[in-house]
Amino acid sequence: MVADFGFGILVLTFLVALYSAGAAFYGYKVKDDRWVESARRGMFLTFPLVTLAALSLIYLLVTGHFELSYVYAVTSLSMPLYLKITALWGGQEGSLLFWSWLMSAFASAVMLRKWDRDREFLPWVALVTALTLAFFLSLSLFFENPFTRWWQTSSGEVAAMFPPAGSIPLIPPDGQGLNPLLRHPGMIIHPPMLYTGFVAFVIPYAFAMAALITGRTDDRWIRITRRWTLWAWLFLSCGLLLGMRWAYDVLGWGGYWGWDPVEIAALLPWLVGTPFLHTVMIQEKRGMFKQLNMILVILMYVMVIFGTFLTRSGVLSSVHAFAESNIGPMFFVFIGIILITSISLLIYRWGDLKSETELSSTSLFSREALFLLAALLFSGIFVVCFWGIVFPLVSEVVTGQQITVGPPFYKQAVGPLFGGLLFLMGIAPLSAWTRASLKTIGRAVWKPAIPTALVPPLLAALGMRSGAALVGFTLVAFVVFVTLYEFWRGAAARSRSQKENFLLALWHLAGRNRRRYGGYIIHLAMMMMALGILGIELFQTTTQQTIATGQSIQLNGYTLRYDSLAQFTYVDGRIVTRAVMSVYRGGKFLGQLYPRYDYYPDGQPMTIPAIRSTLADDIYIVLVNWENVSVLQTPFKVYDNPLVLWLWIGGFVFIFGTLVAAWPDADPLTVLAPGQEVRLAGARL
Amino acid sequence: MKPSSITGMWGRGKFIIGGVLILAAVVYLIVSSTAASAEYFMTVDELKAKSASLAGQNLRVSGAVIGDSIQYNPQTLNLTFTVAQVPGDNATVEAQGGLAVVLHQAVIDPTRTHLTVVYHGPRPDLLKNEAQAIMTGHLGPDGIFYADELLLKCPTKYQEAVPSQVVSGG
Repeated sequence: MVADFGFGILVLTFLVALYSAGAAFYGYKVKDDRWVESARRGMFLTFPLVTLAALSLIYLLVTGHFELSYVYAVTSLSMPLYLKITALWGGQEGSLLFWSWLMSAFASAVMLRKWDRDREFLPWVALVTALTLAFFLSLSLFFENPFTRWWQTSSGEVAAMFPPAGSIPLIPPDGQGLNPLLRHPGMIIHPPMLYTGFVAFVIPYAFAMAALITGRTDDRWIRITRRWTLWAWLFLSCGLLLGMRWAYDVLGWGGYWGWDPVEIAALLPWLVGTPFLHTVMIQEKRGMFKQLNMILVILMYVMVIFGTFLTRSGVLSSVHAFAESNIGPMFFVFIGIILITSISLLIYRWGDLKSETELSSTSLFSREALFLLAALLFSGIFVVCFWGIVFPLVSEVVTGQQITVGPPFYKQAVGPLFGGLLFLMGIAPLSAWTRASLKTIGRAVWKPAIPTALVPPLLAALGMRSGAALVGFTLVAFVVFVTLYEFWRGAAARSRSQKENFLLALWHLAGRNRRRYGGYIIHLAMMMMALGILGIELFQTTTQQTIATGQSIQLNGYTLRYDSLAQFTYVDGRIVTRAVMSVYRGGKFLGQLYPRYDYYPDGQPMTIPAIRSTLADDIYIVLVNWENVSVLQTPFKVYDNPLVLWLWIGGFVFIFGTLVAAWPDADPLTVLAPGQEVRLAGARL
Repeated sequence: MKPSSITGMWGRGKFIIGGVLILAAVVYLIVSSTAASAEYFMTVDELKAKSASLAGQNLRVSGAVIGDSIQYNPQTLNLTFTVAQVPGDNATVEAQGGLAVVLHQAVIDPTRTHLTVVYHGPRPDLLKNEAQAIMTGHLGPDGIFYADELLLKCPTKYQEAVPSQVVSGG
């Protein structure tokens, strides 16, 4: 009953979305704003409608309607309530419905804004969001219906929405339950964050298309979308970080990023969005890079759809073993339509997107040029990652032989480009607009360069011999010094001119230029993350040993004594085997760790590492093997991961910095007035 | 040519040169890294057929684990097992009835090509009869596959399984 209701609502929403798209287009054609207004209202309606459909599914999940194949696949009687609710995105069909739900939320939200000053964009924004929503709803309706039920026919069990001829309903007494790997707090928030980031990138694209179609290619669309992009980027970043943390906590291989194709698929929009957020500033202030920004927005949206396609179609083999699915061709058609439309429009308007300032009149060391360089390096990383994903597919088509590239490929190729980006992060904030030369940059950079120059000898004296590490840490130090110097310089100047004390001056300074100083906070956060990444990538040590209770494992000055082993059954039925390890360093007792593995009744084992985190390093113990373990013979794998805690601290600082930059102003338009920014930039010369 | 247009051309030229240099660097990084870390994804049959030409190559092989062959010494962490040939591409697997069926057939069919795998490390949780093993490593001159990395998949556990114990209801 509820399933029929949910399905009916989905059909209705699909029709409403199609109607809105049609009404928006027709309203534009006949120049009748009533049709456009009707389209707008239609889009408002999609959010409550998809909410109803999602609530229907949640109701079915929570009440254990196992006659639904989706409910059967992702829930079981023994699961706690919150997991039954979050099972909404625990599988393919639910995830797609959840995607549509978020899409409808963003589509409705963007329709709510004041359209007075850019009414001409409205029909096209409505059209793009409506069509995107209709596409994802069609996947739910025709391919991955979350409301299908089990039917017993003469030839076996089938899952279908409507009863096949001569069948009787099947009601399994219990479901399979959510994959235990997904029963983790990180996994509960990770998909919504990632999806929100993905879906929010649709809005900038919709405005970009509106700008191209209407020919209003001044920077109005970019001012509207910058903040949307920033929020989308924040959610995407949080999603990526949560996924990393989940991998670190649950998968038990000592790392957080495996260069898995699905991870990279989520990173691709980020790699396009990040340079976009930078070059967009140049367009706002100098009227340059209009063509580049348009390309980046289109690419960002294509990567969102492509990423969803990769994760949802089962085309790639990956640890994210998603179900094989037949929605692949649909995505191909959709991506093809997007590309053809976007590129045609782009070519049509290419001439209108000319720079207001000739690039050739700017110096190679100007901020504009350095931002362009950063965008190029980001594109380089993007191409590397994209190539890594599609290479197996390409090689199979070309040579008939599937050739894959593993993590070493990405590390080798991304490493130098990332180093280049760090260097740019160091000098770009100190470079001036338009007419910077080596001399002016040198004058700005020499102060932070002095402490930076002390870093490599200091590290070498401490015994660091790896060239990559010396270069990496020196670059990180450089960016940190430059950024802190920027804070200090601005605050000191304000403190002098306004007769404020230093801290108050710093507060006001950052408050008045939130975008800029939020950006600097993000840079500092990136450096913390870089510290963690360098630490674990270059200095991770590991050992694996099989020992009996009373014996110890030595690693990097740590002594890990194996005290005891216990086995017990947890309330939800899993059998937990847990070891107790005492951690010592230099004879000093530091604490106890409890690596364990959980064996679920359905046969799925899960290894949960025990982690002791400090700012210096993480001790990470994995109890390996769930068979053949006894107190006399217990295999452990131990990792020492230097500095990795900084990655997570950096994550929090990153969120803070992005919030500082993205938080709505009382009146965004006056704060972002170009004159004000230019004056500031001028004052700094 | 007027002086301003010369500087204009040079102005654009310096960016074009810079862009081309970066492009070249990216292409170089991709080509060299691809060459250094390419792994050839093969089936057991392909591996056996081309074994002579594969010495020293990074290989990735997939096969069905034969449960009885698993030998593991927890003290030395030496792990040995045998895998049987399974088709490489998804379409063939689907055509033959899905991964679970294909793996089962591969294990019980004695005429399939077999490959002995040696791995050093803890025994993975999912290594059991009729699991799909994806090994990365190289082929020794002795015809044994020395795996550096071992990835296991158990089919259909959480994917679209049909309920096996169902109650018919009205």
